[in-house]
Amino acid sequence: MRKPRKSKIETKALNLYYGDFHALGDINVDIPECAITAIIGPSGCGKSSLLRLFNRMNDLIPSARVEGEAFLDKEPIYGKSAYVVDVRKKIGMVFQKPNVFPMSIYDNIVIGPKSHGIKSRAEHDKIVETSLTQVALWDEVKDILRKPAQELSAGAQQRLCIARALAVNPEVILMDESCSALDPESTMKIEGLMLELAQKYTIIIVTHNMEQAIRVSDMSMFMMIDDKRIGRLVEYSSTSLMFSNPKDKRTEDYITGRFG
Amino acid sequence: MKKKFWKKFRDRLSGRIFFILALSTISALVVITVFIFVSGMPLIAEVGLFSFIFGMNWSPSQGQFGILPMIVGTVSVTLGAALIGIPVGICCSIFMAEFAPAKMQVIFRPAIQLLAGIPSVVYGFWGMIFIVPAISSNLGGLGMSILAGSIILGIMILPTIISISEVSIIALPRHYKEGALALGMTHWQTILRVQLPAAKSGIVAGVILGIGRAVGETMVVIMVLGNAVAMPESILDSVRTLTTNIGLEMGYASGAHQQALFATGIVLFVIIMILNITAQYITRKKVKK
Repeated sequence: MRKPRKSKIETKALNLYYGDFHALGDINVDIPECAITAIIGPSGCGKSSLLRLFNRMNDLIPSARVEGEAFLDKEPIYGKSAYVVDVRKKIGMVFQKPNVFPMSIYDNIVIGPKSHGIKSRAEHDKIVETSLTQVALWDEVKDILRKPAQELSAGAQQRLCIARALAVNPEVILMDESCSALDPESTMKIEGLMLELAQKYTIIIVTHNMEQAIRVSDMSMFMMIDDKRIGRLVEYSSTSLMFSNPKDKRTEDYITGRFG
Repeated sequence: MKKKFWKKFRDRLSGRIFFILALSTISALVVITVFIFVSGMPLIAEVGLFSFIFGMNWSPSQGQFGILPMIVGTVSVTLGAALIGIPVGICCSIFMAEFAPAKMQVIFRPAIQLLAGIPSVVYGFWGMIFIVPAISSNLGGLGMSILAGSIILGIMILPTIISISEVSIIALPRHYKEGALALGMTHWQTILRVQLPAAKSGIVAGVILGIGRAVGETMVVIMVLGNAVAMPESILDSVRTLTTNIGLEMGYASGAHQQALFATGIVLFVIIMILNITAQYITRKKVKK
């Protein structure tokens, strides 16, 4: 068990609305650096919405409105002084289904760095090799870098997506149920990868799979909707504590499989 | 028993009727194609394909049938229309698909469809009254020119390019855009580097179909090109296109002259077919993926 270190992402009374619908209420969390934090809870409790607040993906939904504050290393994520592109550069994201772009493996990796102004071919080559090595895909694809990424298996595509996120040198990686579309073997590979990456990156995952949360995460957030259907953070503690000795009755009911 | 027989019979009969009606559309294509080729081929055989296509002189009364000036006319006007229509059309489709707020789309989309619905003679009339004099007084010459034709055809092909490109951008999976934005790419970088390349085949198909429309357009070009059968030396010169040649002379042509016009039709037909098949091939390849 790695010891959680200093705070990386912090939210203060964070609220999310979709039009009139109050989706998330008063989220206050302090997410430690270089650790894996899992967000768990029943379907529709706002896990993904919360995750997407960290890198402002909710900006894409016209009716979404955010109140409260969120910080990355004490720098605001929302508000006038924050630039969404810089936020997303520092907080990368891996999605539920592998979403490789319809281009070559190589281009999938370098598209991010290129967009951030890295132009030299030598540097591109280096980034491709490093990031693919980080996700243990280099040996598998080093001879087919120019082939369309969509020809890879789903598991390899998801690892490519992680490599693509790593290529822009983020500090935080958000993973939105990134194993749920994969077979058990690929899932194991990605979980192993998460543990390795957590040495250097702050990782936040959303998962339906409680076994997975136990296997990989250091910290756990349990979320649930209240009687007004607002998503709330019920309990936030170290994973070992939450699964051995939950403080809240609702957490206990959920993790012992009584609902959800 | 009897009832069942009639039911079966009717069922089978209706299937046959629909088949025959469907067949008639294809047979129209076959009949027209055969007719054009049968009517035009003898002349091409007589004159020779090479001297027909690359012949410089078109004087039917003297038995000279060279359509190179008309081919150059068609190509130059189409090229001009493409130069105007493609950038404007693609930019417009990007705007519609990515930037236009819902309220604006409600105005833009029907307006663009309306543009497609304006009869070509109205475009031509507007060109004669407005574009041609404007060119003549600002740039000199008669005004009836490649430039005038290009401007109007460029506008006429916009609806085709815009609607097909827009659909192919909108139809992209949302996760491409999300994935790109999540890498910290700006909206513009996302469009340029991810969305446009991914929608490329649809956009190219739209452009080709638009060009096909420009090649086949007749009324507008009759009205604003001046129809001179000569090699143009600048974009301010008058030209005659393949379509114009048929449209202008079919009324009084007979004999070899008429055959030559059908032969012109063959050339036009082949060009349009190549364009359409290319567009279909490109879109089909995308569907397979």
